[in-house]
Amino acid sequence: MPNFDYEAPTSLASALELLARAGENRPLVGGTDIIDQLKSNRRHADLVVDLKRVPELLTLKSNGSGLRIGSAVSCTEIHKYTAEKGGFPALSESTELVGSIHIQNRASVGGNVCNAAPSADTIPALIIHEAVAHTASASGGREIPLIDFFAGPGQTVLEKGEILKELTLPAPSKNTASAYLRFIPRNEMDIAVAGVGSLIEVDPTTKVVTKARIALASVAPTPVRAYAAEEFLQGTVIDAAVIDKTADLAVDSAVPITDVRGSAEYRKELIRVLTKRTLNICLERLA
Amino acid sequence: MSKKQIKTTVNGVEHEILVDSTWTLLETLRDQLKLTGTKEGCSNGNCGACTVMIDGKSSCSCLVLAPEINGREVTTVEGLADHGHLSPVQDAFVENSGLQCGFCTPGFMIATTALLNENPHPSETEIRLKLAGNLCRCTGYDKIVRSVQDAAERLSKT
Repeated sequence: MPNFDYEAPTSLASALELLARAGENRPLVGGTDIIDQLKSNRRHADLVVDLKRVPELLTLKSNGSGLRIGSAVSCTEIHKYTAEKGGFPALSESTELVGSIHIQNRASVGGNVCNAAPSADTIPALIIHEAVAHTASASGGREIPLIDFFAGPGQTVLEKGEILKELTLPAPSKNTASAYLRFIPRNEMDIAVAGVGSLIEVDPTTKVVTKARIALASVAPTPVRAYAAEEFLQGTVIDAAVIDKTADLAVDSAVPITDVRGSAEYRKELIRVLTKRTLNICLERLA
Repeated sequence: MSKKQIKTTVNGVEHEILVDSTWTLLETLRDQLKLTGTKEGCSNGNCGACTVMIDGKSSCSCLVLAPEINGREVTTVEGLADHGHLSPVQDAFVENSGLQCGFCTPGFMIATTALLNENPHPSETEIRLKLAGNLCRCTGYDKIVRSVQDAAERLSKT
């Protein structure tokens, strides 16, 4: 492996001080992306800063106002927590899709976000649940709606010395359901050809959709929100025709490339199918 | 290149060792501690041949830096048997022919042990899902799944 130093600070202040030093300094949590990237020279580091011993990044808490996820909490822990407590089904199912169980035990959702792969499975789930990224740096911190966090494949808006500290997700109302589905050629352990997360809030008496969020993976340089589909869906009473039209509009938000995993045309068709399926799962969950 | 002094417990034995910042746990286990049961396959987290437990959780040791295990407990395939007596998981793999060439077997046995610690009675679907991070190019998996089911039976009787 190329040469680098390693530090494992035990406070946020010392982590930020290390990351602000001159040179290319990279945070490490699960290491399941960064160690492979360092080995294969796809990313470079002078210093690797292991953040797993920083208590401020290990929060996993929920209360009436929502869920707080420290950036160093593993997919396995988040999966177990959300599966037990409920309220964020899309996040619960997406955290169980990241690589194998061996990867999920190590990989953090914060790392999945900061690695910024357009195919990342947890990101659409976080976006539809209106996650806000809270950053920290020596000069303070920022709050960034997650949809604005990505600058391109593998790139975020984080600046030198700035890290993702935690993600906050507002508590969804009782009448809300969400779902995440991805398509891969096998049953498990693969990278999404395309993925769709959907969230709807439905008035229990009138059945009118009062909120809709749809986010897409693997069909653009960054995760995207299907704004036109969301706007159309809000205010409707869902039936098969509404779902068809919503899926058509979601396809229009996808600007995929053709690569080894699938053609652009195929990916668009997947967005149509997965949008319909996730909306139908949401309806089942509300029933 | 910087060296780090770390303390770690591997298979119940405490070690105080000097590791390079850039070594993986896999390299430290095999080359430094001479625990060569853990195998190197793809070295990028896809094949599971290097699976070990860190604080009881299955992990790909090729994607862990050696200094990360400071203060942690590691279990490798060498740590499964108890004073020369194979563990129920190992016995089940032997008796159900859950292996052919054997290269993936240490990873499968660790993954199975971790799975059954967490979920003593997994369904076949759960077994196949939770072992999806371990690749076998010989058996076609059916005998491995039967080995895991048998291991679950054996453990439930102990």
